[in-house]
Amino acid sequence: MAQTNKSLLVDPLVDNNPITLQVLGICSALAVTSSLQVAFVMALAVTAVTGFSSMFISTLRNHIPSSIRIIVQMIIIASLVIVVDQVLKAFAYEISKTLSVFVGLIITNCIVMGRAEAFAMKNPPIASFIDGVGNGFGYGLILMMVGVVRELFGSGSLFGITILPTVNNGGWYVPNGLLLLPPSAFFVIGLLIWGFRTWKPAQVEAREYKIQTVEAH
Amino acid sequence: MPETRKGFLGWWQNTPADSTAKTLFVAISLCLFCSMVVAAAAVALRPVQEANQVLDKRRNILQVAGLYEEGMDINAVFSSAFEPKIVDLETAEYVEEVPNEAGEPFTVADYDDVAATSDMNLSSELDEDPAGLGRQARYQMVYLLKDDSGALDKVVLPISGYGLWSTLYGFITLEEDTNTVFGLQFYQQAETPGLGAEVDNPRWKALWNDKKLRDDEGDLRINVSKGSPQGEAADYHIDALAGATLTSRGVDNLVRFWMGDAGFAPYLEKLKNGDL
Repeated sequence: MAQTNKSLLVDPLVDNNPITLQVLGICSALAVTSSLQVAFVMALAVTAVTGFSSMFISTLRNHIPSSIRIIVQMIIIASLVIVVDQVLKAFAYEISKTLSVFVGLIITNCIVMGRAEAFAMKNPPIASFIDGVGNGFGYGLILMMVGVVRELFGSGSLFGITILPTVNNGGWYVPNGLLLLPPSAFFVIGLLIWGFRTWKPAQVEAREYKIQTVEAH
Repeated sequence: MPETRKGFLGWWQNTPADSTAKTLFVAISLCLFCSMVVAAAAVALRPVQEANQVLDKRRNILQVAGLYEEGMDINAVFSSAFEPKIVDLETAEYVEEVPNEAGEPFTVADYDDVAATSDMNLSSELDEDPAGLGRQARYQMVYLLKDDSGALDKVVLPISGYGLWSTLYGFITLEEDTNTVFGLQFYQQAETPGLGAEVDNPRWKALWNDKKLRDDEGDLRINVSKGSPQGEAADYHIDALAGATLTSRGVDNLVRFWMGDAGFAPYLEKLKNGDL
């Protein structure tokens, strides 16, 4: 299949979404989606890291010894993550306080390594960069969708702006506290995957086993 | 094949990636390069980051003293409004300098009481430790707010202690009688969102306003607990957070610890009597 730059960018949004189809990067999706603002910054950070790490790895791809391939990828990714973390601490201090440890954990985000291994090691730099950015956007899209549900129903606001005045602040809405805790994102992501696969049946994987039918004797 | 290339570039292009020499070369040069990039970013951005931390702390102090307005020049207002002082908790006196093992003594300009808590020379282990701190720094930064005539208006004191998941760091502001609470605010905490993290809720923080620390006999009466007592007990009582028993208990413990004899009580007594 010939992949144009446009398809590299657009495919990961729905058709090949890193979270809903590849089911990568779930851990951070659980942790940072309780407020939209944080989810948005996290999505940008991951996009920057996937894009640039894919580009640098792709530039070096013909010279990376296969015996230390993974370590080389990790060093490049880790350095980029530290740079992103430092930049956030310098220019978005409030948000970096909320994201705290999760920026550092972008290193372990499977999407970044996954794209490096699956795409950047075999494709030229520009295409790898676009692929990385596309996957970052795909991740960000799901993060924002989960974030809307969790922040709206968990704290009655969107981007910190009150939509449903909560009882704690003298309003009428009794917030669903579960949605502020990480496990709730499992339910929301599960429902999203269900929705995506109903909309695009091609995403449903073939069964790995077949249920045997036993004839009555 | 560009046969003409000689020297390093030629070697780089013609050596297979899996050879030992190239593996070593790639590993070492990549490590060196990446460490330089990371170090450069850290060093270049450090001044901005430190300014951010100071700004964040000052903003919280302004908020807890009721002076903060959106969009104000935090540093300018902070410097003109507050007089920072270092208090020695053992003698309950102000000190100008804090001894520093590593060099010049600390002054109000650069002393950090949170960092000092983990400095063996500046802090000691607590025998009685209701706030779950482990260690307590001997010298603490306090911020005096004077009115136009130069008389004491409010004093901002640092407080910290363990809640349910995290150590809470914050400030408490007392009125000039050093017994009436003006406000309380935490600038760093990681309690349960929606439950314990409601310590940041403005409606809950407003409950602290006008509460008294001690009664006329001098007993420390302030407490965070469930229920709504009637009569004079209500002056010392802050209703606990619903669904956050352990965070509320932590706040109760830490406020009583810092306002007690191991905390600021001797200093506050002197401050009230004008002995400083």
